[in-house]
Amino acid sequence: MNLKRVRAIANKEYIQIIRDPRSLALGLLIPVILIVLFGYALSLDIKDVPLAIWDQDNTKASVDFILNFKNSEYFRIIGYYDNYRNLERLLNYGRTMMVLVLPKDFSRYLYSNQSVPVQLILDGSDSNTATIALGYAQSVVQQYNDKLFRKSSQTNLVNSQPISLDQRVWFNQDFESKNFIVPGLIAIIMMIIAALLTSLTVAREWERGTMEQLISTPVRSSELIIGKFLPYFAIGMIDLVISVILGRFVFFVPLRGSLIQLFIMSALFLTGALSLGIFISTVAKSQLMASQMAILTSFLPTFLLSGFTYEIFNMPQAVQAVTYLIPARYFIKILRGIYLKDIGMFELWPEATCLMVFSVLMSRLAIHKFKKKIL
Amino acid sequence: MNQQSQYSEAAVKVENLEKTFGAFTAVNRISFEVKKGEIFGFLGPNGAGKSTTIRMLCGLLTPTSGAGTVGGFNIMKDQELIKQHIGYMSQKFSLYDDLTVEENIEFYSGIYRLSKKEKEERMEEVIKQAGIEDFRKNLTRALSGGWKQRLALGCAILHKPNIIFLDEPTSGVDPITRANFWSIIKEMAGRGVTVFVTTHYMDEAENCDRMTLIYKGTIIAMGTPEEMKTDIMKDDILEVRVPGADEWIDKLESLPGVKDAALFSTTIHTVVENAKIGSASIEAAFKMAGVKDYSVNKIRPSLEDVFVSSIEKYDKEHPAK
Repeated sequence: MNLKRVRAIANKEYIQIIRDPRSLALGLLIPVILIVLFGYALSLDIKDVPLAIWDQDNTKASVDFILNFKNSEYFRIIGYYDNYRNLERLLNYGRTMMVLVLPKDFSRYLYSNQSVPVQLILDGSDSNTATIALGYAQSVVQQYNDKLFRKSSQTNLVNSQPISLDQRVWFNQDFESKNFIVPGLIAIIMMIIAALLTSLTVAREWERGTMEQLISTPVRSSELIIGKFLPYFAIGMIDLVISVILGRFVFFVPLRGSLIQLFIMSALFLTGALSLGIFISTVAKSQLMASQMAILTSFLPTFLLSGFTYEIFNMPQAVQAVTYLIPARYFIKILRGIYLKDIGMFELWPEATCLMVFSVLMSRLAIHKFKKKIL
Repeated sequence: MNQQSQYSEAAVKVENLEKTFGAFTAVNRISFEVKKGEIFGFLGPNGAGKSTTIRMLCGLLTPTSGAGTVGGFNIMKDQELIKQHIGYMSQKFSLYDDLTVEENIEFYSGIYRLSKKEKEERMEEVIKQAGIEDFRKNLTRALSGGWKQRLALGCAILHKPNIIFLDEPTSGVDPITRANFWSIIKEMAGRGVTVFVTTHYMDEAENCDRMTLIYKGTIIAMGTPEEMKTDIMKDDILEVRVPGADEWIDKLESLPGVKDAALFSTTIHTVVENAKIGSASIEAAFKMAGVKDYSVNKIRPSLEDVFVSSIEKYDKEHPAK
């Protein structure tokens, strides 16, 4: 391996990136756009769930019960109705997500110390949101029950010690989903840089005919691949810095663990991801084919199967097995470990080892697969 | 530079070289030899197998079968060694459009591991030779075709190789640039560099020391320009001037003693076994048709005549299936 050649190729690649505003913009704006987009828009916290109510009882007790929903920031009461036809239509047209029906005998049941059947109809088409909304509704009802119980125990002096549920949340005390999302985004951003930018570099040279000249020289595959790798590695690391800074100072995502470990692990993952991109580019030989392959084989699986968007333990067994092949799965676990729990590569050494294997294997494969031959 | 030189006098030597792509035979067991320091023309129409051959010689394609050496190195096994000793200029423009002239030269200087001093010297030489002193800071994209080609040649010979392969270096450039290009090629050959050049411009073949004509993957003629015109071309050529020449081609071809007739701008070149008999029968045909202002002269065959008649002879002997 000759450093002069590596430098010549890296330098050439750098000039080409700088002169192509599109790829430069893609490389540096993607982290900003994604973090802003996900930080603001894709929040997994739910507020203002639309709620329609049919209060058949309409007594002080039922109004009091409804007040608990009204006062909760999780629900927004869109109106009161008095027949199922209207309620059904609201659900069908998606104007409400939840319907609450209080029976005619609400207060009578309540005062005779019987349990009251309150009907809750939920639009389950978005199952994630529905589950969360249902949880909120249950907790509102629970609180109401507690209050009733306390009241009755005070009057009857049955129980001076009402049960208090002491809730504690670890790692993400505020249940802020952005604290969870931003670390994972680093993996997504790195995969996009690798998939969309690198996958074009080799394919573009075949398409434009410049590769034919290059492979007629004594340059070695390793020199060529490493030379192409370096400028994109730099972009990936700059993106990491942008992501960390935006996360910290715009979205106030705390970084509890070690910054150095964050950089080491990211460099490891980036190496593998870039090598994958170059490998795809080498196999594809046309830019269109390469970018499609990159999206299908690296970006989509990373987005869907890494645990970034969907929890892995929620997936069917077969799909769970597949996720072990997605390098971002390990990287995201490490990122969240560093960000939220102040643990890192020593506690998560199996994940760190998997990342290491991935990048060593991928870079070897990229160099090996590149042939200085036409066809 | 070339330690193998004392063992082999040929710069390039191939035997029964063959390349097939599936069922298609691009190069059909060809054999030839290129001597050191000569300009060797590899001629043929588009699709004849010129680029495939040159790519096999430069180590970019692995031959299906056959044997050969370039600069003493085996083309089947030592392809990476060959690449250290040759310069190659591909048919399609192959420098970086989005780099400046200087950046392209700098890039290839790095690839060929030239020292800083060598690089600076070669940079000036190449820019001067290509005549692009005024555009050194311009993007290569902005150069015209001829300049691009000369810059590409310069980049291919930065490391002063002993053998250079040029694949259609003059296709699509103006006649002045073509002439200029050939003077650069001759100058290099004068310094002992072996030049292997492909072209489909038959008139350029006159510049070569020796040449082969390849057609449908097969070599159908080989020799010096002189040999091509005398030994290979046994027939005579008659140049016929007649008004409405293109309408006469079929008629002339059907005359006894006339083997072939082809339009050369406004004249017809006819291939005849014997000039006297041939011209007598052509003149008789004109007289019968009442044509008066015609002329029939025996001319020395041009290389183009040789190539056209060789190709037509091959087609007659190998009718398409």
